[in-house]
Formats: sequence, structure tokens, C-alpha cells
Amino acid sequence: MKTNKLEIMVCMGTGGIAAGGTEVLSAFESAIKKLKIPAKLKKGCSVHKVGCRGLCARDVLVDIIIKEKKSTYQYIKPDMVQRIVDEHIVGNQPVADWLATEDYHNFHEKQVKVVLSDCGNINPESIDAYFAVNGYEAAKKVLTLMSRQDVIEEIKRSGLRGRGGAGFPTGVKWEICGGVKNAQKYIICNADEGDPGAFMDRAIIEGNPHSVIEGMIIGAYAIGAGKGYVYIRAEYPLAVERLRKALEDAGKKNLLGKKILKTGFSFDIKVKLGAGAFVCGEETALIVSIEGQRGMPRAKPPFPVHSGLWGKPTVINNVETLANIPHIIRKGPDWFASFGTEKSRGTKVFALTGKVKNTGLIEVPMGISLKEIIYDIGGGMDKGRDFKAVQTGGPSGGCITADLLDINVDYESLAKVGSIVGSGGMVVLDDTDCMVSIARFFLEFTQVESCGKCVPCRIGTKRLLEILDRITAGKGKEGDIELLEELGKDIKASSLCGLGQTAPNPVLSTIKYFRPEYEAHIRDMKCPAAVCKELIEFTILEELCKGCGACVRACPANAIKGEKKKPHTLSSELCVKCGSCFDVCKFGAVKKE
Amino acid sequence: MINVTIDGIKTSVHRDTSVLDAAKQCDITIPTLCHHPKLTPYGGCRLCIVEIKGINRPVTACTTPVSEGMEVTTSSPVLEKLRRTTLELILSDHPNDCMVCEKAGDCTLQELAYFYGIKENRFAGERRVYEKRDGNPLIERDMEKCILCNKCVRVCDEVQGVSAIDIAYRGFRSKVCPPYERDLDCEFCGQCIRVCPTGALTGRMWSLKGRQKDIREVDTICPYCGCGCNITLDIRKNEIVRVTSKEDTINEGWLCSKGTFGYKFLNDPARLTKPLIKYKGKFRESTWEEALGLVAKKLLKTKEKHGPDSIAGLASARCTSEENYLFQKFMRAVIKTNNVDHCARL
Repeated sequence: MKTNKLEIMVCMGTGGIAAGGTEVLSAFESAIKKLKIPAKLKKGCSVHKVGCRGLCARDVLVDIIIKEKKSTYQYIKPDMVQRIVDEHIVGNQPVADWLATEDYHNFHEKQVKVVLSDCGNINPESIDAYFAVNGYEAAKKVLTLMSRQDVIEEIKRSGLRGRGGAGFPTGVKWEICGGVKNAQKYIICNADEGDPGAFMDRAIIEGNPHSVIEGMIIGAYAIGAGKGYVYIRAEYPLAVERLRKALEDAGKKNLLGKKILKTGFSFDIKVKLGAGAFVCGEETALIVSIEGQRGMPRAKPPFPVHSGLWGKPTVINNVETLANIPHIIRKGPDWFASFGTEKSRGTKVFALTGKVKNTGLIEVPMGISLKEIIYDIGGGMDKGRDFKAVQTGGPSGGCITADLLDINVDYESLAKVGSIVGSGGMVVLDDTDCMVSIARFFLEFTQVESCGKCVPCRIGTKRLLEILDRITAGKGKEGDIELLEELGKDIKASSLCGLGQTAPNPVLSTIKYFRPEYEAHIRDMKCPAAVCKELIEFTILEELCKGCGACVRACPANAIKGEKKKPHTLSSELCVKCGSCFDVCKFGAVKKE
Repeated sequence: MINVTIDGIKTSVHRDTSVLDAAKQCDITIPTLCHHPKLTPYGGCRLCIVEIKGINRPVTACTTPVSEGMEVTTSSPVLEKLRRTTLELILSDHPNDCMVCEKAGDCTLQELAYFYGIKENRFAGERRVYEKRDGNPLIERDMEKCILCNKCVRVCDEVQGVSAIDIAYRGFRSKVCPPYERDLDCEFCGQCIRVCPTGALTGRMWSLKGRQKDIREVDTICPYCGCGCNITLDIRKNEIVRVTSKEDTINEGWLCSKGTFGYKFLNDPARLTKPLIKYKGKFRESTWEEALGLVAKKLLKTKEKHGPDSIAGLASARCTSEENYLFQKFMRAVIKTNNVDHCARL
């Protein structure tokens, strides 16, 4: 890798741009320009954008590398740029106050970055930057030195399993499709990432689009596909833009198109934008969506590897799966298999969110314990609160409780406790999270996103939601929990596709681990986490109230009365339970229960 | 041929047969609401689920092809419980107004509800309510009764090739409708009415004229064109209530808009029932003998006076091939002219 004498890297993933990355980048550009660096030294200077490096909460993040020594700044605004340039670049004295703190580095330390290794380090809009990190070497090796069977064997040996959620062995999928005789085959990259809070695939495409394209070239060669599609959701405009640019650049370099790299292999990729339906991430729905029909799943078999897009054999791989491929080819299947557990090899990217200190995108070896993720990488619970549960796998997943924190994060272990790895959502919950509300949140999502084709999913999830609605509204009935369980199991057993078959999971798993919380809502009319509005009550504790009047000013309903410096009173009749008084009281005098 | 065992009955069926059809061949009925033998299998209603040895979850019989040695169970406590839940869910979002429904007595959903004895509903909740009525003149579309079996969408696309309707929206709000929920403006072939398993689609013309149990069926041939589709007239009190067609006929039960809806003239007071002869500028009623005699006389007279080629004959596409054959024979052999043509060439 060519080392620059001076390299300034500004995080410009979606998070970075939202925090003002574009302005920070141009501030650096103009500040550097003003420095009047001699032309011969200028070659060694580079100011450029990079993709997401995970800790978006600290954006804008800026790396400054001077003579291979890297310093990282956090929370950078355009008006801070001049000082950094003056003191750090000119004066060679980093601005200590603005440098990323220790927990930023802790966040990264335990991670093992494979697919994210170059995200945040290279300019995603430059194919030369990808070349500089051995980009397209794997494709070149495959096309010139390896047979189709060799490639499939390597991937099989690596143990790579689909990262979209189901965890099907990628090599086996390629082998089946490769074995089907048909002159026309397709490979599709599934970038219709839709789980609430999940942004793994977006970050990969925004940060290193060429790695996905390279994975697709290799996959296409292995199965004998002449055409590929990237099905990407239209809500990812930046990813789409960078992907399109990358495809264009790859085409210009003859990495796509006819007779790639002067071999006999021709392959091209089209981008197809999704129209915003979650269910189109399901492979059969995705296929009909590309064909121009309403995205609704169909029964399998036939599987896409036999009859997929336009009825032709089709392999559908997730973004993260494909981004792993070049690394496996370059560094060998044994290297890849050295990460992870026996049945779950390699690394997995997770979107760590919720009540941990450091939320963001992380990549960890399979088999790492939940505890390590939450306490070492995530920096522990935010605001020192108590850990309650972690929800994995998004709307298809389930909860894992405190006593299971030591389990390994891999496909089998999570399935054993009733959750899933899924596409990689990981929401950490604390004692202020109501589990009934969490289940309700996910059901609300799946219920709206059901395609409407099959009865159990279309009407069943609606009924589940209605029952949860009444429980959280304090109108739950005896027998509701049993009804939820019964209906949930029936929906799982009789739904057509993965959406319906997994939609009740958040309900069933919260009932399994937090049944008393459900019972408290129904029998005691209490929400133990004090979340469900209809079930909580605010009161002012006379002995703690100093009569400062902060709550009076904050209350939008004029429900609090009282003289200055004397304990106030709160009228429960007028109270709209907004919680403003609770939030503003400095003396803990407002009680919520 | 593929050997399968269904509920213990050993049978062999053609390759590509679905489990549902294979069961039918063994006289085993599996409940279904979304399947139609002539449409692409859909797998949406989830009632035809069966257990197959070696597969760990129930699969829909309509979408699963048979394979050698397959062992199928079509009814078990687990399956019946799931079917019951599914039916309850459908009924929880269906107007409970069978007593005034056109389709009562001929409704698959009603029949299944009866056989499964669904009186109480554990899942009573919000029901879709649609205020808007479709303004088209022929097809009554009560989308509150729609169970989204998709048969109408498929018949419109796969059989009629029109694609006038599809499912819009998602989840519980899913609804079959024309683009942008405009009023239906299609060919009005009525095929959708024919395949609808509930009272969601009915003919406006036969509203409140009599349900299936009240009618007498008369099989006949459609008089409109030369295709000769088999039609069945549903008659009550000596009046045609509606026109249907049976599936085991030459037209496989499909009809066009004229066959389906074009019967109103039959009981119209303005309908001609006797030939009319124009005399001194005014029509008067006549008999067939007199009218045909007059035509023959005039034709002969013209032929004698001006020659056969002064006469030309134009036949109608509504006639059968046999009738058109006779017509040209008449023109050539009797009138002795080749001046004969057909309206379809105009």
C-alpha cells in the first residue's frame, strides 16, 4: 500500500454526512490549499472521504495520518478545522481536547474487521483506492487461475454461511446452482436491508462498494451467471450513488462487461431499486419485484437456484456474504475458518443499538460472547442502568436475558435460546424498557409490512398487535397471554414465507422470559418499567419537593400547582403523562410508577 | 408416473401433479379457498396445508408437486387446529351478514365455517370498512367480503389477459382494486365474479333476484356469436336471474361480457317477438310465413329483372359456422351469385 506523507480522512457515510462531513471535508481542502505546499510534496498529500467506521454517534470523525502516525478526532465541526490544521498539521501538535477518547479505541479493539476492514480507510468513490488495498486481485486470480469447481470448493471449505439471516452455506448454494444446466443464470445481491435499526449492508456499500462487486464477479464465475442484479432499497440514496459510480468505474477497467480481463468470461451488473417493501428482502418476493410484479413471496420449492429470476437458475446472496468472498479467495479458506466456531465461521457485522454507551456498527468473530459485545465493545450500560435483555435478529428475532449473557453469538447458540443471528440487529435493553412494548413495536412493524398474501400473516399479526395494544393500554384480559402464545405458534406454523413464520418471535420470546411483566400489565394494571402511558401515574413526593417550579413550567397540561418554595401537587385528572415533570425535576421528587 | 401415499391410500399420478390434485384423484377433499384448477397455484389461504413425511412443517397441497414415495397426511389434529385458526382469522375480518348476502348457500367460506362449526371467534377485532362503492354498472364489488384469495386477479391476468385489478397496499390494508382505486373500467367479462369464493364480487343485475338454492338451471348455448359457448340460465319465476357456465364445457366455464350480462333484452317489453313488415311507411306485425314469403318473392323478382349479380348477401358473425355455410350456399346455389360477404371483413 502506498503511504502518503499526509492523509486526512473524513467520515462520510450517511451518518458522517448528516453530522456535517461534507462541510468538514471542504474546510480541510481549503485550509490545506491555503498552506501553499510545494508541488513536489503535494503528491504525498491527500484529503478524502471514507465510509462508515462504526461509531456514528461521534461523527464527524476525522483521521489524520502524518508519516504513518494516525490520530483520530471526534465530533468535528467545520469551524474546528483551521485549528487542527494550524496546530496538528503545521505545528505537529495534535489538538488533544478533540482527539477521540479512550472508549473510541476500546470500541474498535475487540473487533475483528474483515468485510469492514477497508470501510473507513479508503475512498469508496475511487476504484484506485480499492486497487491500492489489493482490490480485484481475488477476481483476477479466480478468472485466470481457478476453475469454477475450485472456487466453489474454496468457499465451501471456508464455511461461509449466508449473512442475510438464514445462514445457508454459501458454497453449497453456489454448487447446486452451478450444477444446474442452463445457458442463462443470474446472481443477485440482496441489498434490501429492512430490519428496523439495521444498517450493516448500507455501511458496506457506502464504505466499500467494490468489495461487493468483486464478490459478485467471483460468484457469477463460480455458478456460470452472465448477468447480475443488485436489488437495493431506494431509501439508501448514498449507497446507490456510490454503487453506481463503482459499477461504472469497474466497467471502464474491464472488470465488468464482455470478456472480463481478456478472459472468456463476460458478466454485467444492473442496479434495481426496491420500492420500499420490507418483504422484498425475501428472495422469492425480491425476484418477482425485479420482474416488475408486486413483491409477494411464493411457495418453495422450486428454489431460486433451480428456477429463479425469469424462471432461470439464480443465486441470491446478501451484501455482507458477498463482501466476504474476495477476502476468502485472497487469504484462503483456512484463514477465514480460523475465525468463529465450528459451525459458524468467520466474522459477523452487527448493528449494536439501544442502551449501551457506544452504539454503532461492529464486526466481531462468530462465537464471541454477548457479554464481550455489550461490556467491552459497547462500553457497558448507558447511564449505569441495569441490563435487562438484548434483542437480536430484529423483527424475526427474540430476546436474550441477563443469565444468558455468556452465550456465544453464533447461529446455533442463539437459535438454542429462542433467538436468531438474523441479519445482525442487536438492541440492548435496560430496566426502563417495557418488554410488552418492545414486542408491540416489532409487531407493529411486521404487521404493516406483511405483503397481505397469506391469511395467518395478514390477519394473524394484526390480531397479535391488537391484543398487545390492549395489554399496554391496561385493557388486557385473563387469557390474553395464552391467546398470544397460541395464535403466535399457529402463525409460525402456517404462514407462507419467512416474514410470517418469524413475526411472532418477539412476542413469544418476551412471554417466555418476561411472563410476569405481561401478567403485571393485565392483573395489576402496572407497567413495571413505567413505560406504558395508560398504566403509569406521576406523583410529587412532598418530602423531596423544593418548590422550585421547574415542573410547573414544564407541564403542558397545567396539572401541577403550588406556591414557590413549598411542595407542589399534581392533579392526576389533568395529567397527560408526558413525563416532562419527571425529566426536569432535579431532586427526584417526581415519582413515576 | 409417481407413486404416492395419501392418507394411507396408495396411488400413482402423473409427474407435476400437485398434492391437492393427487388427493382429489383419491376422492380426498382438502379444503381450499384460493385454489382454482385452471389458475396458477397461489398458496395464500393456507387451508390446504398437509403433512408430508420428512418435511418438518406443514406445506400447502396446492403448491407442492408430488415426488416419488411421498407420504401425505391431509388431516390430523395439528392440521385441523391450524385450519380452524386460519378460518377464524378470515371470519374475524368478514362481515357477518350471510342472511342478506347474495352468495349465501353458494359460498365456500360459509360452507367451511359451517363444517368447522365456528360460532365464537377468539380473534374478534378491527374489520376493514370501505365506504366507497365502485361506480361501474355491472359488477358489485363489496371488498369488505374479500378474503384476498387472488383468484379474480389471476383470472383477469391469466385467462382474460386484461389485468384490470391487482392487490394494492400491504398487510391488513391489502385490497384488490383497479389502479388508483378508480372505478372498475374493464371488459366486464365477469370472469372475476365466476371465480370469487365469497360474496365480494356479484352481478349488479342479479342483486336480490334469488340465491342459488332458489333457481332452476337450464343449459343452453349462448346466442351471441359463432363460438357457441355453453351457458346455463339460472331461472326463477320464469325469469332469467343470471347466466353462468359450467366448467366441463367446450368453453371451460369462461364467458365474455355479452354472454354474462347480455340477457336483459329477453324480458324487455320493447323486444321484437314477431316479424314486422313495412307497409306504406309504417311497420305492421306479421307472421313468419308471410314475411319470408315476401322476401322470397322480392328476391325472385329482382333476380329475374336485373340478374343474380344485382343481389348481394352479408352474413353476421353472430351466426354459427353452419348457418354461415348455409347462407353462402343459398346465395350461390339458389340466387346464383358470388356476391356474399361477412361483417367480420368490414
